[in-house]
Amino acid sequence: MIVDDFILRAALAGLMVALAAGPLGCFVVWRRMAYFGDATAHAAILGVALALAFSVSVFLGTLITALVMAAVVSTLAGRGWAMDTTLGVLAHSALALGLVAVSFLPGVRVDLTVYLFGDILTVSRNDLVVIGLGAAMVLGLMVWRWRFLLAATISEDLAQSAGVNPARERMVLVLALAITVAVALKVVGALLIAAMLIIPAAAARAYARSPELMAALAVTLGAAAVLAGLGLSLQFDTPAGPSIVAAASAFFVGSVGGAGIWRLVRRG
Amino acid sequence: MSAAPAVAARDAVARAEAEPLIRAEGVSVAYGKAQPVLSGIDFEIRPGEIVTVVGPNGSGKSTFLRAVLGMVGASAGRVWRAPKLRVGYVPQRLHLDPNLPLTVARFLRLLQPLPDAEVLSLLARVGVPGLEGRSMGTLSGGQFQRVLLAQALAGRPQILVLDEPTQGLDQSGIAAFYRLIEAVRREIGCAVLSVSHDLHVVMSASDRVICLNGHICCQGTPHVVSNAPEYRALFGLGTQGALALYQHNHDHNHEHGPGDDHLSDHGQSPTHSHEGGHDR
Repeated sequence: MIVDDFILRAALAGLMVALAAGPLGCFVVWRRMAYFGDATAHAAILGVALALAFSVSVFLGTLITALVMAAVVSTLAGRGWAMDTTLGVLAHSALALGLVAVSFLPGVRVDLTVYLFGDILTVSRNDLVVIGLGAAMVLGLMVWRWRFLLAATISEDLAQSAGVNPARERMVLVLALAITVAVALKVVGALLIAAMLIIPAAAARAYARSPELMAALAVTLGAAAVLAGLGLSLQFDTPAGPSIVAAASAFFVGSVGGAGIWRLVRRG
Repeated sequence: MSAAPAVAARDAVARAEAEPLIRAEGVSVAYGKAQPVLSGIDFEIRPGEIVTVVGPNGSGKSTFLRAVLGMVGASAGRVWRAPKLRVGYVPQRLHLDPNLPLTVARFLRLLQPLPDAEVLSLLARVGVPGLEGRSMGTLSGGQFQRVLLAQALAGRPQILVLDEPTQGLDQSGIAAFYRLIEAVRREIGCAVLSVSHDLHVVMSASDRVICLNGHICCQGTPHVVSNAPEYRALFGLGTQGALALYQHNHDHNHEHGPGDDHLSDHGQSPTHSHEGGHDR
């Protein structure tokens, strides 16, 4: 069977994002950072506008705005602002501001859907290198800090009593999240990045007996969703990013349903 | 059980000669620009000592623990800890997200690797054998508390730190939990620093009680503190009731040797170890 180059590149890009998003997504779920992830991802559109305005790489622009967004949210939360309201205000403001800013750019006609929903089928070799490096960094961070991240997630007090600094581990997660947003923008787009973090992890939960197994399962399910979504997209000419997320959602429904049936069977 | 006076005296001397595990000098803690939560705290704890901090809500008990463990910085004064001090910490509460799959065995391995045999013996030691494969989310309150204790013991601590460890347990559960801590301490010889509301139980087991209300109001043996005017002013009549209850409980206690009269020797023997039941 002959596979076109662009499909191969798309699949590789998607798989690398799934590899990074699996373990990170588990922490997003465990620490209830879903909305935080969303806000960081939405800020990426503002990053795109700034990157185009100042002619720097989109990757760099989104990375920086994601980090700034995370820093602002953390600061405000630290000052006692209500978290969900703060996130809601910032996420949508950044998104709207980004969309408005892009329209002001002189001489640039940008197809925004590319950034909102991703454009995995046009991933270039250069993109692939950037995505690969970003994913490797995130995965590296997760593996390196895993023990400390897990301890700080389960109990900040307990972690602190053993010399783990919870604030530092939070920074690690924020950094990993910003990198993931920056690399996943091309793959699933700003609006659906959080889905790639949360849905595979949530689908893995029912079958995982340990945190490590849950992360591994999340990677597997994310990778399967990438391949299934791409296949769907090629077969029916549907947009690739949303197709990948739709496939992940189908896995989630299957996982929850399957777990329910399994419980019934076991109970006899 | 109750140590002979000579042994108790020898232990006390050995303790006094040992370097303290933690020493705080003139420590104050303030969050932001608000009034300090704690001020002018002088404190030390030596190997094997049992120290209990009591105080009303908002008196800075948890902050006290966090400050001496270095979890919050002191805005004044300094805290000194023995180099490489091994701390076993039992947090006040631990909320586990139901989406985080965690078996009891994996939880015990959270902060250090631990061989299977060690996991089994730790769980047996705290009175919940066979739970290693259970999910943390399915434990009862009492089991959960004991698993938290096992986790704290997993690192072979020199000092066990408990932040109101018996919240959510009923009276007999609380008594059983403190008896367990007493027994564990005798076995491994660690110091115990705890914060508590459960006055009538705590009083009996402590070498030293610190009465806290933003500053140290008074401290000393349980007997001295319970009679101190500062303590009575802080806790009022409720405490009198609790102490009466405690003494009453000893009327029908078991496991005492002949002539071992709690009511009379209670205050004079600071290292007196107490094993009797507190069930009512």
